[in-house]
Amino acid sequence: MPASSLRNRPQGPALSRRLVSCVPWRWGLLLATIVILGNAAGSALAQETESGVDYQREVRPLLSDRCLACHGPDANTREADLRLDVNQDWAERGAIVPESLDESDVWFRITTNDPDLRMPPSETGKGLSDSEIDLLRRWIVSGAETEAHWAYQPLARPAIPSDFDERLGPIDRFVRDAQRQRGLSSAPPADDYALLRRVTLDLTGLPPEPAAVEAYLADPRDDKYERWVDGLLDSPSYGERMASYWFDLVRFADTVGYHGDQDHPIAPYRDWVIHAFNEDMPFDQFSTWQLAGDLVDPDNPHALIATGYLRVLQTSHEGGIQRGEYLAKYSADRVRNFGEVWLGSTLGCAECHDHKYDPFTQDDFYSIAAFFADVDDSGTFTGTNTLPTRREPEIEVRSPLDEERLTRLRQEAESLTTALAGPSPTESSNAPDANVDEAQARAAWESRLTVIEAEIDRLEQRRFRTMVARAVEPRDIRVLARGNWMDDTGPIASPHVPRSLGRLESNEDRRLSRADLATWLFTENQALTSRVLVNRLWARFLGRGLADNLGDYGAQGSAPTHPELLEWLAADLIEHDWRLKPWIRQVVLSETYRQSSTPDASRDAADPGLRWLTRQRRPRLEAEVIRDQALATARLLVDEPGGASCRPYQPAGYYVHLNFPPRAYYADQGPGQYRRGVYVHWQRQFLHPMLRAFDAPMREECTAQRSVSNTPSQALTLLNDPTFVEAARVAAGRELVAAGATEEQATEQQVEQALESLWRKLLVRPPHPREKQVLLELYHDFLTNEQLDSPELAELLSVGQVHDEPHPPLREWLAFTMVARAILNLDEAVTRP
Amino acid sequence: MNPADPQWLRSLHRRAFLSRAGLGLGGIALSSLLAQSGAARADEGLAPPSPQALPGLPHHAPKAKRVVFLYMAGGPSQFETFDHKPKLRELDGQPMPASVTEGQPIAQLQGQDLRILGPQFRFRPRGDSGLEVSDIMPATAEIADKICVIKSLHTDQINHDPAHTVMNTGTSISGRPSLGSWVTYGLGSDAENLPGFVVMTSQGGRNPQPISSRQWSAAGLPGRFQGVEFYSRGEPIHYVRSPQGVTAAQQRRLVDGIQALNAIRMEEVPDPEIATRIAQYELAFRMQTSVPELADFSDEPQTVLDEYGVNELDGSFAANCLMARRLLERGVRFVQLYHRGWDHHGDLVPYMEVCSRLCDGPGATLVKDLERRGLLKDTLVVWGGEFGRTPMFQGKGSQPGRDHHMAAFSMWLAGGGVRGGMSYGETDELGYHAAVDPVHVHDLHATLLHLLGIDHRRLTIKLQGLDWRLTGVEPSRVVEEILA
Repeated sequence: MPASSLRNRPQGPALSRRLVSCVPWRWGLLLATIVILGNAAGSALAQETESGVDYQREVRPLLSDRCLACHGPDANTREADLRLDVNQDWAERGAIVPESLDESDVWFRITTNDPDLRMPPSETGKGLSDSEIDLLRRWIVSGAETEAHWAYQPLARPAIPSDFDERLGPIDRFVRDAQRQRGLSSAPPADDYALLRRVTLDLTGLPPEPAAVEAYLADPRDDKYERWVDGLLDSPSYGERMASYWFDLVRFADTVGYHGDQDHPIAPYRDWVIHAFNEDMPFDQFSTWQLAGDLVDPDNPHALIATGYLRVLQTSHEGGIQRGEYLAKYSADRVRNFGEVWLGSTLGCAECHDHKYDPFTQDDFYSIAAFFADVDDSGTFTGTNTLPTRREPEIEVRSPLDEERLTRLRQEAESLTTALAGPSPTESSNAPDANVDEAQARAAWESRLTVIEAEIDRLEQRRFRTMVARAVEPRDIRVLARGNWMDDTGPIASPHVPRSLGRLESNEDRRLSRADLATWLFTENQALTSRVLVNRLWARFLGRGLADNLGDYGAQGSAPTHPELLEWLAADLIEHDWRLKPWIRQVVLSETYRQSSTPDASRDAADPGLRWLTRQRRPRLEAEVIRDQALATARLLVDEPGGASCRPYQPAGYYVHLNFPPRAYYADQGPGQYRRGVYVHWQRQFLHPMLRAFDAPMREECTAQRSVSNTPSQALTLLNDPTFVEAARVAAGRELVAAGATEEQATEQQVEQALESLWRKLLVRPPHPREKQVLLELYHDFLTNEQLDSPELAELLSVGQVHDEPHPPLREWLAFTMVARAILNLDEAVTRP
Repeated sequence: MNPADPQWLRSLHRRAFLSRAGLGLGGIALSSLLAQSGAARADEGLAPPSPQALPGLPHHAPKAKRVVFLYMAGGPSQFETFDHKPKLRELDGQPMPASVTEGQPIAQLQGQDLRILGPQFRFRPRGDSGLEVSDIMPATAEIADKICVIKSLHTDQINHDPAHTVMNTGTSISGRPSLGSWVTYGLGSDAENLPGFVVMTSQGGRNPQPISSRQWSAAGLPGRFQGVEFYSRGEPIHYVRSPQGVTAAQQRRLVDGIQALNAIRMEEVPDPEIATRIAQYELAFRMQTSVPELADFSDEPQTVLDEYGVNELDGSFAANCLMARRLLERGVRFVQLYHRGWDHHGDLVPYMEVCSRLCDGPGATLVKDLERRGLLKDTLVVWGGEFGRTPMFQGKGSQPGRDHHMAAFSMWLAGGGVRGGMSYGETDELGYHAAVDPVHVHDLHATLLHLLGIDHRRLTIKLQGLDWRLTGVEPSRVVEEILA
């Protein structure tokens, strides 16, 4: 960093004041004046907006990015003892004198033409632009007001803007209020097709059923949308959808990550997270169990399973690793992840030195590490080169999702048994037809009961091993100078939360524990937890956070565009006792959520970046959703929640670089092949190429925001990955048969019907005539154009495992498979409307 | 060309529709439409398939335009290759002085007696320069006047996985971009129909150490900068082959249909992302042809094949070296070839013979071949592993071996902007520490970037609130002394 290279230059306000007050004073003043005059030339507009300086959004981030590395919280690299992150009696020291540029050394230093004095120093590459200098000018002139960093302040519950139509909820009022101040307005509502596809994908990760969409359109009730949303929130698919994001945050994966990257036993933790979302477990309990389930509820298997969180970090048993070094790595990993998940703070740099931008010291880092010092890591060093490896302590449990299903299945079995035991209606009826119906119904019940009983048997018997936390005598956590694990001269750190955020009572008799840490996260004056969470949830539904940076809520992050709305949402979640479902419900019911996402050049120009939410965004769908949606469209998706992870088709040899042991990959045969993306085996070192192509993270570290790319690899994946080819070919065959095609014939009408039906399963809306025309031309080209004919093309129909009987005529099936492939590849298919 | 411009859309649409007139016409029309206009490249909406240099880059005139990193994974022994330590031979079998090893991190030799192991091969001065190279690297010895050996490298990590991560990303913490990603991010790529950063891993030799795709990850940078793995068997790139039974013409017809529908959609929903997707489908289709061609060596003269010692892309390091040349010729910015047989805790002599047989000749041939083609002057060749090996004996096989060593190891550089026939830096007489002119991995990175025209202090991205750079937060230096 620049700090070291700055040591030899004249520095700081003291020196600069001397300069200013001696001979060069006038000279400096003159320069400053020139700059001001220079700006003044074109600053009529600037004058008008003089008062509009936003410290949180504009000034603080600027100071942070350009100045704090040398004038910030890190005492060891602080130059001239000047801090610009807090007002350290600036005026008295002459650094920044409110309303007086002439007396403000900082102003002199950022405007002087003397390269030796000019700040920021040129070699940092952090120079200020004219408009940035002007911003600081306006800030100083208008009084150089500062505020504590927004994210660390106690939660306020701001007043809801009142002069709006009654039916508008708080979210829309805040949004419209901000728009109104800027002469902007919301977009018209999205049409029903777009809205239903949007909200169903957002809440379940699956497309809506065309029949349900039709019923919705025909439904005259005013609250049909509310009912639709409630149905989605009640669906077990909701948990599967929401859990994926949690897994990105806590870097959940099926393998150890380092070196041999062996599988580790963790599936029940994955299932518990999904189950917890479905149950709408309050977020405070959800968090507490993951951080300290073994301490707060040791007899509850679910609370123990939840502590798998403390074990899913990357571990290694590579030959020749040094215990002390790896304990230090694991310790630091836990602190980083805890900080990012719950505090939205990047604590990682404080492993070696005080944070450069945020109020976290190196002591804070090791104090947090000390909370985790009782987690038994000894088993990681004795891992085996087997699949799975051993990572004691492990327990053997039933998956929480299996329990969930068992409850449902037992209920169903009971009602079937009751029904079968009931008096037969035939005894009181002489109608022969009723007799036949009755017999048929009984047969159906009996066969269903047999299936259910077999399933109950299977689920009752199966158990899975899972890693858990077990508290042992806490080991000493020392503050490591420069993060060097071999240096044992540093002081021993006691568990404590970052001191800038809070103080916890403790004494020698009682060491603070992980349970105390979890409790503190949800205490009233600790508002960071809810702000971080609601902003991330908001981004799930609106495409972007109110504060743009979902990973960093510190000085280098971004202040919210709608601070009052964010505050209100954060407070509201707490008022809902940290239950996510009611909170999410009101977000997706808002008009802001429901507005159209169609770009409009002139409107978008007035709201660049859509900061003021003048329409919905069109985010590309996430990797797992793209997979699930294709399988659902083909009716291939298998609803098999929980248990061992599943293995989709994968290019041969992809695991060739893994060793200890060498890895063979066997794609699942049968139903496992078609399970949802959330259950796909997450091999950290070699994540499935389809997931990787669509930006799913390797989950080595916390990912608060997946990157979104648009690449040729994505095109190649959708065109050629057997998962998508099979989905297209099976969907094509099934749609044609459903439309009435036989093995001998598929009529033009049947093809059109199949096309419409397939399109709507994926894209929900009906196709326009032109779109149908393009697809029918594609179809007919493959049917009739000799140049598109080749005997080998029939091989396409053998991709994958599902082979339906009956099927349509081969030639028509092939041509229609091309139609299905085209639809699965559309931009619209991979984009949320 | 503005993708949101209705005029453009209409032309795109009309041309795509021409496909009804006959096979491929639409395809040709559409691809030429997208390719013919240079403006399409520059346009924001139509993201150029090969990303161009960042504004302001290169920071200074580059000496090298592209890189091939011959990555000898496992940690080749410097004492058997480039760092001649007669003192070790003299003290062979003696205890290592405790004063040297005390407080030092030790890998597999933790808790064992530490004894000195002498060099297992003879060293000789080579070429006009007299650069010392051992007998086990005969082909490399022949190019001694072209290479610069750095003997004083050192790193932070003593186990394979984290040491690889340091060599590739500058830190052992996961989730940082790799060297190849940084370079393609900064400089873009001249490859038309290929990724800018390609990785290959060869088979052969001893039971290999694993290598993680983290080593070529773009983490923190956009996904398109991540290293793309080319395979010797099966598909050269994942999903680059059309599904079974589907010909190029049939796939083209399908892509035309997709493009036409996307164009229709864009009339209604004028989102530049759709235009980008249209462009990416074109690139993807072109890759379906260009990549298999690239992997087909039949256009190479027999003399070249003989020199590398290969006939086809067969998974060998030799074949990958030839492939690397073909990639570099086509404008690929960064090629990384892993060979994973270099972890010799025991049986050092037989394993070094295996490694030499597999890697020595092809590496030297690549340097000579590049030179013959006029490419060596602006291609940087880098040879080395994640760390080196101990001067101490380890007895894990039937013959002596050496443990991991991070305090000193050797690598060599050749080509673009590097002086040949020299060595730089020295270890102490027992070869334990980098004693003279030590070069940390960050210094190596700073030097590589410098040769490519990049000031390592100024190539940064926002990560974790920091302006993160490949060379980390501590000061590092360009090793000026080795620059030509």
